[in-house]
Amino acid sequence: MSDTLTLGLTDTRVLRAIELVWTEATLLDAKDYLGWEALYTDDAMYVIPIDPNTNDHETSLNMVYDDKRMRRLRVERMTQGYAPSAVAAARTVRIVSRFTVAEVSDTVVTLRSAQILNSFKRNAFATVGAELTHRIELSPEGDKIALKVARLIDSEDAVSASGFLV
Amino acid sequence: MTSIETAAPRFGDLAAGDRVAGQLYTDPEIFAEEMKKIFYRTWVWVAHESEIPEAGSFKTTQVGDQPVIVTRDRKNTFNTLLNRCRHRGATVCDQRTGKANGFTCPYHNWSYTLDGRLRGIPYPDGYEGVVDKNDYPLQKLRTESYLGMIWATFNADAEPLEDFLGDAKLWMERFLKQSNGHPTKVLGSHKFRFRGNWKIQLENTTDGYHFPMVHKSWMASVDAETANMMSFMDDPAAETHALGNGHSVAIMAASHADLDIDDGTEEIQPRFQHLVDELVAAGEPMDRVRRYMRSMHGCGFNLNMFPNVAMSSSFFRILVPISVDVTEVWHMAIGMDGGPESINRERLRIHEHFQGPFGFGSPDDAEGWDRVQIGAGGNPTMPILVNRGEGRERISDEGWPTAHVTDETGMRESYSMWKKMMSDV
Repeated sequence: MSDTLTLGLTDTRVLRAIELVWTEATLLDAKDYLGWEALYTDDAMYVIPIDPNTNDHETSLNMVYDDKRMRRLRVERMTQGYAPSAVAAARTVRIVSRFTVAEVSDTVVTLRSAQILNSFKRNAFATVGAELTHRIELSPEGDKIALKVARLIDSEDAVSASGFLV
Repeated sequence: MTSIETAAPRFGDLAAGDRVAGQLYTDPEIFAEEMKKIFYRTWVWVAHESEIPEAGSFKTTQVGDQPVIVTRDRKNTFNTLLNRCRHRGATVCDQRTGKANGFTCPYHNWSYTLDGRLRGIPYPDGYEGVVDKNDYPLQKLRTESYLGMIWATFNADAEPLEDFLGDAKLWMERFLKQSNGHPTKVLGSHKFRFRGNWKIQLENTTDGYHFPMVHKSWMASVDAETANMMSFMDDPAAETHALGNGHSVAIMAASHADLDIDDGTEEIQPRFQHLVDELVAAGEPMDRVRRYMRSMHGCGFNLNMFPNVAMSSSFFRILVPISVDVTEVWHMAIGMDGGPESINRERLRIHEHFQGPFGFGSPDDAEGWDRVQIGAGGNPTMPILVNRGEGRERISDEGWPTAHVTDETGMRESYSMWKKMMSDV
């Protein structure tokens, strides 16, 4: 077991970061997209890549590659009532666990975790599995997400069109 | 002696010009018949040449419901091979794309060349006098390519590909002008599934009527110039042509239908100003920069080629029939192989904005398609209407049945071909 992982289990900075990731999951399950948007820093990126191995998201095709402007537009789309898929979006319950710590300091924590998202719509259950990476900026004014990368385990194959976020 | 006549179901009768039975979406027997009479009999798109760029490159996909490998062999010839070992039937390739010297079945290690010849059988003594390797290549489909697009067919007697494409060829040429003289390259693919029949998707590509309703949220999220470009509801120049053989083209932005023609009145969108500045600073002449910018959103039309591929505005759209009520859709982002990389990056962002399972457009299309499947099961004999614009359809100078882009001329063309093929014995 690595030192950073051992450290993560007792470090209060890491616990703050995990708490934020769980808060994000709660807001997304509640479809509180305005609350969700407020968790991000101005220069944060929210990415769902297709290529499971790349970190060069800018020159790759992604499912989501959102800066602040695109997150704002996405939240408008999800909340304004004009998108049939968002209006009829599945109910979701997600579990985020199996945290490991990639980086920790007084200002930044980078966490990796596993997410199982269960959705239900029109009598059909579906499961979305994803590996998450969160970079959290710690601040006395409130901790925020500076980067979220959600790597779906089926990203290179057919993913069901979704009216919700992962 | 008495005989019992068992007439084969006359599925072709279920399509009648301006309407089709809802049963066409829901009946598994019809789906099975479509595989035989359409997908195994006509040309089915399998790849773009840029996806298999070098000798040894391959891609796996399907023709109808059958698994195939598309390869580029040592002679740079394209091959489409049934992905099925001749020994016991296992697939010989399990990767989406890659590069290989050949394919070896993991079960008993029978190995094949890139053009499908059986190269080796382990412990061959048991086959002496029993198997001649020349008799057991991978099954090979006829494969032909036009303008970089590769089609395959199980039908050895199919007409030449270019004859089948017919008047669609002109529109393919126009579509590819968005590469600005560079080769076209596939940059990546969004893949998603919806719970509905493949023909629901086939109809959608030249259905301008749904756009302002279904994609209201996307329209609200783009700049005014882009929204204006897609405001074709009252534009008389926005037309749909039936091109024959099931193919059709829906022109949403007539000013972009031929990117070589520029009357100079269109202003470059402010959102691209950073690219204009970059390209001018790099020494690109202004007329060239203007050409790049005008091509950013694609060609202004959707070309639907029966039965499974569209060149849609700025991307390829592939449909893969999985079962009677499940269809897979691929939206393949395209760009230039060469030229400024920043143009390709911007095209990726534009593609991500609309397409894919988390785009601002595709999920809303899928919501409609899912509901058609459920609703059409309500009374499978009740007709689906494809009669919009019949009263104003005319024949264009080129001889194409033509109506407004919001009319259902393209669907009537697709179902005319469907009826013809499904009526064959």
